[in-house]
Amino acid sequence: MALAVVIVILVVGSVIFHFASPWWFTDIAADWGSVDFVVDLTFWISGFVFITINLFLAYCIYKFRQKDGHKAVYEPENTKLEVSLSVVTSIGVVLMLAPGLFVWANFVSPPEDAHVVEIIGQQWQWSYRYPGADGQLGSADVKHISEINPWGVNPEDPAGQDDIVIDGPEFHLPVDLPVKTLLRSKDVLHNYTVAQFRVKMDLVPGMVTFLWFTPTKIGTYDILCEELCGIAHFMMRGKVVVEEQSDFDAWLAQQPTFAQTQSAAAPDLNAGRQLYAGCASCHGEQGEGNQALNAPKLAGLQSWYVQRQLKHFRVGARGVNDGDSAGAMMRPMAIALADDNAVRNVSAYVASLSDVPAASTIADANVRNGARIYSRNCAACHLDDASGTWYTDAPALAGMSDWYFVKQITNFRNRIRGEHSADDYGEQMVHMATAMADLEEIEDVAAYINSLR
Amino acid sequence: MAYVPLADQEQELHHPQSWLTTYVFSQDHKIIAIQYAGTAIAVGVVALVLSLLMRMQLGFPESFTLIDPSAYYQSVTMHGMIMVIYLLTALFLGGFGNYLIPLMVGARDMVFPFLNMLSYWVYLLSVLILLASFFVPGGPTGAGWTLYPPQVNMAGTPGNGLGIVFMLISLVFFVVAFTMGGLNYVTTVLQSRCRGLTMMRLPLTVWGIFVATVLGLFAFPALLVAGIMMTFDVLLGTSFFMPAVIEAGQALDYNGGSPILFQHLFWFFGHPEVYIVALPAFGLVSDVLSTHARKNIFGYRMMVWAIIAIGGLSFIVWAHHMYVSGMNPYFGFFFATTTLIIAVPTALKVYNWVLTLWEGDIRMNVPMYFAIGFIFTFIHGGLTGLFLGNVVIDMPLSDTYFVVAHFHMVMGVSPVLVLFAAIYHWFPKISGKMYHEGMAKAHFWITFIGAYAIYLPMHYLGFLGVPRRYYALGTTDFIPESAQALNANITIAALIVGAAQLLFFINIFWSLKNGKKADPNPWGSASLEWQTPDTPPKHGNWGDELPSVYRWAYDYSVPGAHQDFIPQNTPEDSEPTVDEQHFDPDHDQSKADI
Repeated sequence: MALAVVIVILVVGSVIFHFASPWWFTDIAADWGSVDFVVDLTFWISGFVFITINLFLAYCIYKFRQKDGHKAVYEPENTKLEVSLSVVTSIGVVLMLAPGLFVWANFVSPPEDAHVVEIIGQQWQWSYRYPGADGQLGSADVKHISEINPWGVNPEDPAGQDDIVIDGPEFHLPVDLPVKTLLRSKDVLHNYTVAQFRVKMDLVPGMVTFLWFTPTKIGTYDILCEELCGIAHFMMRGKVVVEEQSDFDAWLAQQPTFAQTQSAAAPDLNAGRQLYAGCASCHGEQGEGNQALNAPKLAGLQSWYVQRQLKHFRVGARGVNDGDSAGAMMRPMAIALADDNAVRNVSAYVASLSDVPAASTIADANVRNGARIYSRNCAACHLDDASGTWYTDAPALAGMSDWYFVKQITNFRNRIRGEHSADDYGEQMVHMATAMADLEEIEDVAAYINSLR
Repeated sequence: MAYVPLADQEQELHHPQSWLTTYVFSQDHKIIAIQYAGTAIAVGVVALVLSLLMRMQLGFPESFTLIDPSAYYQSVTMHGMIMVIYLLTALFLGGFGNYLIPLMVGARDMVFPFLNMLSYWVYLLSVLILLASFFVPGGPTGAGWTLYPPQVNMAGTPGNGLGIVFMLISLVFFVVAFTMGGLNYVTTVLQSRCRGLTMMRLPLTVWGIFVATVLGLFAFPALLVAGIMMTFDVLLGTSFFMPAVIEAGQALDYNGGSPILFQHLFWFFGHPEVYIVALPAFGLVSDVLSTHARKNIFGYRMMVWAIIAIGGLSFIVWAHHMYVSGMNPYFGFFFATTTLIIAVPTALKVYNWVLTLWEGDIRMNVPMYFAIGFIFTFIHGGLTGLFLGNVVIDMPLSDTYFVVAHFHMVMGVSPVLVLFAAIYHWFPKISGKMYHEGMAKAHFWITFIGAYAIYLPMHYLGFLGVPRRYYALGTTDFIPESAQALNANITIAALIVGAAQLLFFINIFWSLKNGKKADPNPWGSASLEWQTPDTPPKHGNWGDELPSVYRWAYDYSVPGAHQDFIPQNTPEDSEPTVDEQHFDPDHDQSKADI
């Protein structure tokens, strides 16, 4: 009896929950409305079945509860009933399946005129490639992957020279134009998902997969990885900007071709040294750092890391938060650099400074605990010896200023650094930094990193 | 059927000589069953605790600092693997299969008692290896319970060294243990049925366990070979599943392997595995419903054929787990069709359970609460399967919380409710004591309502597009703050449900000590296991003489009978037999006024 009432309450409650729920599909931004139609159809058919069977169940529990003098009816089978239930169920299943298969037939056959974009996944980043003027993507293979060729484009393939390559988490699409995205992975399984586009597909190393859609709504959408790809899986984010064709063309024209990225002139170290004179007053002639001035050691950092951080300071992705007074001092210095080329030159010069490990400022920390935390959470990007790698955009940590490390991890934890939308992958550190529960554990990790130089 | 039952050749029993061979290295199927069940439940508690840790992280990411991303993914992995394989499979087949098959078919023991004992000890070994992986350097694998390569074997995944090796070795031992037990169950059902017990007179419990075991014997080898090949990839550097990949900027020395091949092998095992768990649950719940409704199971023959059909179909639906895996998308047409076909026999089973209650005389005993709770959750979980099975709908919902909610409803909550129904139902026979009614009912209400409070909202997170296997949501353009609030509520419900399981354990231990002495057949059940001369049944089960069976297991409320059930071993001449008539479709049409 009580159970009958509870089942009715659960059914009614489910219906109320459905109508009260603010959690439902995002506004669709691609022309896969047909997918939503099949979802809705299935939702209402199965919702009707859910309500009907459960109310009938509750009725049976109530009506046929044990009563004195009441006896169950002996009724082993009822062929007519069983057959008609089978038929009705089969019809319901066909009603849901058939439209689904029609939509799927559409999905498996991308239009001939769809333009092509390649989406490349790696632990825990995205990059992209467009066919250049020849309308054709050059061949690619993981064996070609290097620091200057993170896409793995075959340098020998003439078709690949004019490919437009993007080494960053954001790419653009023109609105209302069908696009076939080719998906490729450099390391493990990933999954390319934009919730508003409704379709998703895995990226599988060793093969190229695809999906297609027509973006219908101008806007910027998050790309999420939805196939478990390691410890930073939940933070593997990208962005797709859907815009008018003219805006798209203008954006694409600014992006480098593969050939341009391979033939870029070497940075000018002399120019870099002159520019560095402005840095040396705080960071030291040899980039050795000065804790009293909140200036971390720079020697030993990779040029791409210095370059990226200078850009972040320049665009206001760092050094604008109230809690970051040292960053606020750095920002005007970075802005004072004339252009991207100056940034590149000074970064290259910093990377060329001879690296003498910084003195340790942390006493009595639990190095073993630091080692445990580091190997479980940090080593996947910063490597076991904390030397960092271009592959994951992870800077060197070993031999750098430990007080600065503690300060920055604290900033990440307090969301002072890393959450700005222009700080690519900065949010990864916001969340990975939570692996250190408190200041003590941050110092444990810093002490362990000190032990690695 | 002209078989010479083993029952007719008085079986030489292995008689225990000492305390050690009676209770530890026992060859008695009942002791082995309890050993299996105890081990499975113990390791299941570990998995339960892991799930609560994950829920704390998801519900309160800012203040809960106990687990880091590595520990979260290790918990995800171990929770899934333990629950599916080491708890559910072992408890349904090693536990209930072992206890009930010989009793329900009227045998003195399993056909191969020594092999049966060996099966348990190898299973225990596999559990110990699995648990040992928590203590190796790097901890257990964090690749997800699906163990997908190549990440399972790469630096960004926790436990990529010894953790995964221990996991694979443990799985290999589990498969060996299962095969030893499984051959026993199948042979015992086919060869050891007592006189008069035809296949179409078997309780559905035996049918469910029997077909599930056959599935397992075909499905587990796929896992075994996949596990061995993966072990070679990890330890010897072969490239079965490992393509050329980059690890932290360095090319690894692999080339040409296929990650998708592993997925096919895994799900060729993994999908039948769903039914290896579900079919025994279907069988057990059928018997509980029928007994407490005082009514025969409705449409027995249909139920048997549905079990067989579902079992057969379960081998040709596996790639519905792989719609977005990058396999040839044309497979989607085939697998969506087969998957939705399986909905038909499954729906018929649901109808027949409800129709078993129709015109019954329902006794709301504790097992009945859990059994009806199962019908509710199974309807819910079955219907959401129609979403994910339909390839197009799987596109937006795959890899979201909708999937998590779906399989927990259909493969977590539903079978677990059946397990509780079955444990409470057979507890009086197994222990000779009655459980504490009040504690058992409280256990039911919290578990049933609480589980729904956990999983109903989770479907809606999935509709929204919240991905599964995320340590933290971070900032996105489409997940509102309210999703975090919902997560916190789900966590609170999960903590309550988790804590409520203590009631179950307290009840079991309290009742073993203080419970009222149980009647040999407290529910008035017609099936054979309740007709043993001793409660709990002694070694050899049947005293001096094996039983003979004269009717099916569902003679409840037979018109003209002395009481509202007729035990299967009651001869035709002392009670009416309508058994054979249930094969006549026109029988009793007058009463079938629905």
